[in-house]
Order: sequence, then C-alpha cells, then structure tokens
Amino acid sequence: MATDTVDSGSSISPVESRKVPKTGGSGSGRREDLAAWLFLAPYLALFFAFILVPIVLGLWISLHNWDFTFDNKPFVGLQNYQGLIDPGSVAFDPFWDSMQATGIFTVFSVPLLLVIPLAVAVVMNQRFRGRTIVRAVFFAPYVLGVAVIGLLWRFLLDTNIGAVNSILGAVGLPDSTAWLSSLPAVWVSLVGVTVWWTLGFNAVIFLAGLQDIPGELYDAAKVDGASSWQTFRNVTLPGLRPVTAFVTMITIIASANMFGQSYIMTDGAPGQQTRTAIFYIAETGLTNFQMGRAAAASWILTLFLMALSVLVFAFFRDRTEGAAS
Amino acid sequence: VKALRYPVLGMLTLLFISPLVFMVGTSFKTAGEATATPPTLVPGSPTTQAYRRILDAADTPVFQWFLNSLLAASAHAVLVVVTAALAAYALARLEFRGKRVIFAVIITTLFVPPVILVIPNYEIVGRLYWLDTLTAIIVPTAASAFGVFFLRQFFLQLPRELEESAFLDGANRWQVFTKVILPLSKPALATLALLSFLTNWNDFLWPVYVLFSPENRTLQAGLATLQSANSVRYDLLMAGAVVASLPVLLLFMFAQRYVIEGVSRSGLKG
Repeated sequence: MATDTVDSGSSISPVESRKVPKTGGSGSGRREDLAAWLFLAPYLALFFAFILVPIVLGLWISLHNWDFTFDNKPFVGLQNYQGLIDPGSVAFDPFWDSMQATGIFTVFSVPLLLVIPLAVAVVMNQRFRGRTIVRAVFFAPYVLGVAVIGLLWRFLLDTNIGAVNSILGAVGLPDSTAWLSSLPAVWVSLVGVTVWWTLGFNAVIFLAGLQDIPGELYDAAKVDGASSWQTFRNVTLPGLRPVTAFVTMITIIASANMFGQSYIMTDGAPGQQTRTAIFYIAETGLTNFQMGRAAAASWILTLFLMALSVLVFAFFRDRTEGAAS
Repeated sequence: VKALRYPVLGMLTLLFISPLVFMVGTSFKTAGEATATPPTLVPGSPTTQAYRRILDAADTPVFQWFLNSLLAASAHAVLVVVTAALAAYALARLEFRGKRVIFAVIITTLFVPPVILVIPNYEIVGRLYWLDTLTAIIVPTAASAFGVFFLRQFFLQLPRELEESAFLDGANRWQVFTKVILPLSKPALATLALLSFLTNWNDFLWPVYVLFSPENRTLQAGLATLQSANSVRYDLLMAGAVVASLPVLLLFMFAQRYVIEGVSRSGLKG
C-alpha cells in the first residue's frame, strides 16, 4: 500500500534524500509536463468554461441583438454600444442614471471603507484585554449575506416603525426621515449599511498588514522622539502601502458591483435614483432578456473599472517614488 | 486616549451587536408586536409562530431553501478545494512548460469584475440545461483564482525534504500529493473550504436570476421572494433572516480563527 512506502520514508537518511534529481533531463521533464497538466486539468476545465469563455462570449453577445429566449440572434455590430452612448437613444438615460448611482455609491463608500477600517485596525493592533472578541464582533456582519443585511436594515430604517427613527426621536432629533426613499438620506443609508457590513473585512486585511511592519521601525521612531502622529505618517502608512493599494482595489470593485443593498432595501427608490449599474445590467439582460445591450453595458462598466485601476496603481506607485527620494 | 478605549469600543460593539439581537428578538414576536412603535428589544410574549408559518409554506418553503443552500454551499466548497488544491500543487511543485503564463492568467482573473461574467454565464448555464437547478449555483463560480493563489502560497512553504524522502521510497507524484502534502495542509484546506462555503451561502445576484421555482431557491435568493410575499410582516422576514444567518454565524463562532486568518492572508503579497 502507498501508505507503507511513504511512512517508511522517515527511515531514509538525509544524505540519501539529497540525491533526488530536481527534474533536469528532457525525459523526466516530459513526464512532469504530463503530470502537471493532469493536476491542472479539473481546475482549468472550470476556468475555461466559466471564466475565459464567458469573457469572450460576453464580447460576442454584445455585438448581437441577443435574446436568450429566441433562436434568431442577428449580428448588429456596435449598435448596442452606440445605443448606450448616444444621448438620443432610449437606452441612454436608464443606463447612465444607473452608472451615476454606482458612481455616487463608490465615491462615498470607498474612502469610508479605507479610513474607518484602518482606524479600527490600528486600535486592534494594540494589546488589550478582549481584543479577540472585539475583532470577531466587528467581523461578524460580514459573514451574513447581503439579503439578511438588507432585510434587517430595511426594517431598522423604516420611516414609521424603524428603530433608527425611534431612537432619533427619543433623543430629540428629527424622527420622520424617509431613510429608504428620499434623497440624500437614501445614500446615507446605503453607504452606512455597507460600511457597517464590510468594515470588518477590510480591517482584518489592514491588521495583517500592520502586523507585518517590522517592530524595529517603531523602536527607531521612538528613539528619534517621533510623536504618534509622525510615527503613523512616516512608519505605518508607508509600511502599509501595498496592502492599502490592494484594499483600495478590491473595495472599488466591490462598490462598483453593488447590487443586493439596492435590490432589497430600496428597489431603486426614489424613482430609479438608487438603481445601480449592476441592477440595470441584471434587469436588462436577465429579466427583459436584452442580453446584447446588457453585455455591452457590462463591458462599458468594466472599462471604467480598468481605467480606475490604472489610476489607483499610478497613485500608489507615485507615492512609492516620492517616499524613496 | 487609553482611558477612552473601552467606552468607545463598547459603544461600537453595541452598534454591531444590537441590530443582530434585534433581528433575533423580532423573529420571536407576534405580527403585531413586530411593527409596534416604539420597538421593543425583547419580545413581550415570545412565540415561534413566525417560524412555524414560513418553514414549510408552499410559496416560501424556507426549510427547503435551507437544505438547498446547505447542499449547494457544501458541494461548492468541496469542488473549490479539490480543483484548487490539484492546480496549486502543480503550480507550486512541478516544472512544466507554460507554468508562468498559466499562473499569471489565473492571477489576472482575480481582478476581473464579476459583472463581466454574468450575462455570458447565464447563456452557458442555459445551454447546459442547468437553469433552475442547484448545479448552476455549485459549479460556475468554482474556478477560484483566490483558492489557487492561497494554496500555492501554502504549498510553497512546506519543506521539500518530506516529499523527497517519499520519492526515494518509490512513491509517485499522486501518492506524494495525497499522503504527504494534503495531510500537512489541513489548516489551509479548511480555511479555503470555509471561505468558499460562506461565499456560496451568501451569494445573491446569481441565484436570484438563475433559480425561479420556489422549491429550488437558495436561502439568500429565497429571502427576496419572502420579502415580496410579506413586505411588512417583519416577524416573518426576521425569522427568515435568522434561519439564513444561523449556520454561518455558528460556523464563524467555532472557526473564527480560520475565517479571519484566511481573509487577512488574502491581502498579503497582493
């Protein structure tokens, strides 16, 4: 049995084990090739079928008048894109209104989801009693799905029976804000709930980054008599740069993909003001089956995201050079 | 500043815990008390009537949804871990042509916004006759680039000597992988399985559109149905939310370390 051969391996002396060839010759190289592809095959099958093929198929669909329920899917060239870009077209307003909603959400949620989790992580990085429990508490909402979070906060933020307005009223503040159906309150709700929900996730990543900064740097700063703000500016922030770049990227992608909060909490209200780009794409493509237009819309959204990633990376690279000089 | 730590942390903890307590409390209230103003934190006359009402209702079979979610998320986690572990081992330990390219392509897709895949994957899943089945929830999202990256990092830091001595004993690649590497990687495999389970359990947009029959929905997608069927019955909605939260909260309580460490590791070397 295989177990026996492997277990007896422990009796082999270290001298002998060094003789194992590191796959140098062309013959053994070919055998490793075959083994490697066999190991990779199951993953690559899924990867091709549901990631690579869809990326190309999405482009293809976007060039057609593609309705899932009809056999006839005529080629229309760039017409779907033109329809979304031409201000005179019927598709223009709904699409760009949804892009604007996504934009507003991203602009307000990303900075908050960087600054607050970083502050939480800095506090968590200190030693104090109950730290593990507090860390778990902050992280807990993240393990709940957006449907749970959405239902819960739709209840709490209800204008008439919600706990939030009740509490505001009890401390003498205005208690009749329509948190889910009036501007700008609805954005405060959507952004606030999202921060509440995902703050712990970003904080945990920042915390791991903080723990990776060598303690000697802090000792040196202390010897130099740096204030805690100076230490934060000159040791903590530069040390966190790669982690911050990563968190910024994934938070932008997550914010730009916001869907469930709107779907459950506001259903796009007031009007279509909080119907996000993903909401528009899902409805257009998967409810109305205008899949060509929806695929074109998702490519336009993706191009925006790619441009944004370039800016983010340029920003963090500039900072690196600035610090080096 | 230190003196302020506990009061501030206490307030924040309250802000994070009280909505969840309120959710559980409301699920045990009567329909009337659930929407009474001002709201009560603890139910005046606790009742399980909300749960009894929704668990096997014909249009909102919450218990069936619970089983569907459990099955889908478990099968998904197994599929992710098996395929990612195999691929990650090849990328960590085997020498073959095209290795760098494959790894680079897989890692690049970490930054592909999921929205780009929704429309074409619906088409593909439709062609495979997977619409309205749990297979559509289990399989298409299982090619986890994060999983491959995460396990590869873990395999790379295992000492090579262990494998080498097994080879000297005549073990082949497959035996080395299953008898040496996998047993040493249990914590990493468990972490990936947990994170995959959580992600799949909580997935929302995809199941909302891909599953249409009431009896085929998963819990998260089902909650949307529950909401449209009972828009102001917050006793029922909160009971549904509790059922959808319970397994993941329990999992988190018992395996908190794995979940949090898995997440925190995702940012390193990013």
